[in-house]
Amino acid sequence: MSALNDLTIAQLRDGLKARKFSAREVADAYLAAMAKQRGLNAFILETPDVALAQAAASDAKLARGEAGSLEGVPLGIKDLFCTKDVQTTAGSHILEGFKPPYESTVSQNLFDAGAAMLGKLNLDEFAMGSANITSYFGPVKNPWKRKDGKDHVPGGSSGGSAASVAAHIVAGATGTDTGGSIRQPASFTGIVGIKPTYGRCSRWGIVAFASSLDQAGPMTRDVRDAAIMLGAMAGHDPKDSTSVPLPVPNYEAAMTGDIRGLRFGIPKEYRVDGMPAEIEKLWQQGIDWMKAAGAEPVEISLPHTKYALPTYYIIAPAEASSNLARYDGVRYGLRVPGNTLDEMYENTRAAGFGAEVRRRILIGTYVLSAGYYDAYYLKAQKVRTLIFQDFQEAWKKCDVILTPTAPSAAFGIGDKADDPIAMYLNDVFTVPVNLAGLPGMSVPAGLSGEGLPLGLQLIGKPFDEPTLFRVGGVLETAANFKARPGA
Amino acid sequence: MIIEGKTGSWEIVVGLEVHAQVVSQSKLFSGASATYGGEPNAQVSLVDAAFPGMLPVINGYVVEQAIKTGLGIEATVNEVSVFDRKNYFYADLPQGYQISQYTRPIVSGGRLVIDLPGDTTKTIGVTRLHLEQDAGKSMHDQSPTKSYIDLNRSGVALMEIVSEPDIRSPEEAGAYLKKLRAILRYLGTCDGNMEEGSMRCDANVSVRKVGATEFGTRNEIKNVNSIRHVMQAIEYEANRQVEALEAGETIRQETRLWDVARGVTRSMRSKEHAHDYRYFPDPDLLPLILDPEAIARIKTSMPELPDAKKARFVDAYKLSPYDAGVLVAEQEQADFFETVAKGRKDPKLAANWVIVELFGALNKKGVDVTNSPVSAKNLAGLLDLIENETISGRIAKDVFQFMVETGKDAASIVAEKGLVQVTDTGAIDAAIAKVMAENAAKVDEYRAGKTTLFGWFVGQVMKGTGGKANPAKVNEILKAKLSG
Repeated sequence: MSALNDLTIAQLRDGLKARKFSAREVADAYLAAMAKQRGLNAFILETPDVALAQAAASDAKLARGEAGSLEGVPLGIKDLFCTKDVQTTAGSHILEGFKPPYESTVSQNLFDAGAAMLGKLNLDEFAMGSANITSYFGPVKNPWKRKDGKDHVPGGSSGGSAASVAAHIVAGATGTDTGGSIRQPASFTGIVGIKPTYGRCSRWGIVAFASSLDQAGPMTRDVRDAAIMLGAMAGHDPKDSTSVPLPVPNYEAAMTGDIRGLRFGIPKEYRVDGMPAEIEKLWQQGIDWMKAAGAEPVEISLPHTKYALPTYYIIAPAEASSNLARYDGVRYGLRVPGNTLDEMYENTRAAGFGAEVRRRILIGTYVLSAGYYDAYYLKAQKVRTLIFQDFQEAWKKCDVILTPTAPSAAFGIGDKADDPIAMYLNDVFTVPVNLAGLPGMSVPAGLSGEGLPLGLQLIGKPFDEPTLFRVGGVLETAANFKARPGA
Repeated sequence: MIIEGKTGSWEIVVGLEVHAQVVSQSKLFSGASATYGGEPNAQVSLVDAAFPGMLPVINGYVVEQAIKTGLGIEATVNEVSVFDRKNYFYADLPQGYQISQYTRPIVSGGRLVIDLPGDTTKTIGVTRLHLEQDAGKSMHDQSPTKSYIDLNRSGVALMEIVSEPDIRSPEEAGAYLKKLRAILRYLGTCDGNMEEGSMRCDANVSVRKVGATEFGTRNEIKNVNSIRHVMQAIEYEANRQVEALEAGETIRQETRLWDVARGVTRSMRSKEHAHDYRYFPDPDLLPLILDPEAIARIKTSMPELPDAKKARFVDAYKLSPYDAGVLVAEQEQADFFETVAKGRKDPKLAANWVIVELFGALNKKGVDVTNSPVSAKNLAGLLDLIENETISGRIAKDVFQFMVETGKDAASIVAEKGLVQVTDTGAIDAAIAKVMAENAAKVDEYRAGKTTLFGWFVGQVMKGTGGKANPAKVNEILKAKLSG
């Protein structure tokens, strides 16, 4: 039998139910694996005591035959989810030491299903970044290395989540995705990540970045695990006005393996200039796999794609500039005193926020300012509507859309660090999905020439996650991605 | 009101912005208590304190209250309205923004009929009513070096009600506020208590030459905490502007504060940077969409409002418009009157007793009608005794005094004190005979033509009966006897 921390969530679940091993043994295996991989800097805070207490509770429930869907499964929680009495930082100095007196709805749902928390995972500060290099608590390393051994970024902002899942130091992790923060790191680390439809998972208790775009989702080693985990995370929450009151389907049951007759769209605008040939090739490979499984490719047009990134970089910072106003040193978190109230604000926020966060607050403040609002924010909202309508048109021709997840494989730590625009281009394929509020999934599909993982993205209709799991399962089988980092 | 200046006549132009705290158990977007006077920071939820990841959820009851108020000022209730964020930093504003309604308010285009001297009225337009969060309270007097923050008020629901610049005098401004407050209280949507700050008023004041069509530059006078002060502030500010303009100065648009102690308005220190509130739709809240049927349902459950009640009092009880206006100013007064007047032959008598005797007594005691020592039922009982001639109107006033002092009902006081009116003609005959016998000289004078003595005789007879004799009967019999 393979090591306990090499089992998938589905295998853990089945093994625990069959009493082949205990939740305590599983937790111990993960805690040992975590200790060996501290070099990745995946965790901001390890919570072994929490994990062991939860494992003990799970063993008691398993003994009584009352197991939840994730009973005894140890997870990592992105440090953007507020966890009761456990430090929650959002990767920022300004929240260092902050212990929320409440539990986010999504993490509570997972714990209610029996999951355990191994710790709080590193991320880009306030989820702003695509490489996990903006965290106050240091960058996260990708467990995958190029052939020459150089350290690579795990992608971001859910970099700690992606690296820990890929390194098998958690069975699964929560992520959040505002412009690609689940899917791009999933692609960079060879794992599965799904951003559900906006409104599917509650945002209550998740530190807000851009409220109209933020959405939580699972990051796992395979598609089935993502289906199991999302089933536990999702659901209507009356505490979030944007949460949708729809029942949660059985996502695992949707994985029938049969996609015959399904029409999948290939958006011509996603063939961007300068896209590496290996990405182009991988995309074609994906098309061929789906055709071989009986699905029918359809060329579609999403004409406003080229405006998606500029639109995103107006709307997301605008909302962020307002959402982050509450970090003012008055009630919680960091306070750097000053002689006046304004001075205290300035000192606190200058010391508390890193450069990328400050950049986005400034951009957001600017685009909402009198005299610029119409030209930037209002225009961006109109373009957002057009992008949504592009997808509405596309759904007349196809059931799902297939694209690359990111325009490249993971890059070296330090690369692109001085060029924010080059960094922002990472999200060119993922951002439109957030702007339209649609579900999107990244599935590992192959390796780059340098031996780094590459993912394919599936985009679905609103609340049609079942189709994503069904197609994702087929792609996964066809790709047969078995490579492991450091192997 | 026209101000006669050195260079001509000036007209005052006023628009009022009223912040009315919505009567509701909980706050606009959180479940925390919205009641007044709790220990500092005892009524604060995680949402009100803007903890990370906390989200607002609209309070449906507050929305109903806003709809009711909109219907009460004959306005349009908008089926779609939007909550926006008004961004600014202040220590008592935890979110760093106030959730308000900027471009699409829940209510727009209403009107208010104000009552002016001489039974005249004037219609004042209401531009809009929108819902917004109140801020917390900063306390700067608790420590020499620190400010303290109380977030109890943070997130409490306010209705901002904005009038058109239709008001032309301090008196009209006062009448507008009184009428608005009466309507809010009738509806139960705001308690209208300006001293506790549950109703606050900003006044926009400008002046222009009589006949001019353009508005002058306006100044905003902030947070004046009584109707009387609003009127004084407007009067002061208008005169100040006239003097300034006539001295060749220009009016700079600014915010001014009413200085109660000195009776002047003064410029608020202008910050070096003007506020740019960066309004944008709150992405945490969906547009507020109202069901037209729900609006219609609320419409059918509306109480009778002051203007309608006044018209009905004039019509049904034959009251003067002035008396009716006095009675309907507060719903409790109107209800009190109706309880007393219902089914009575002479409702005007009831109105007189309520307005003159009762309000006089309440005024002296400094209590309002809801705390009246004389209940409406007991006052009705007293009037019954007058109408069925058990006591005279004069005795009734004495009985009323006892009622005010003791809270007892009229019949028991009359019985206790033996004040039942003497209508027995035998007893009256005897009293008259006694007075005439003891004052034979006066009887002769009367009979010789000095009929002005009649009143003196009445007085003597009343005195002889301890005031209990029925005055009409005394008059009748006395006249007959004296005529010989």
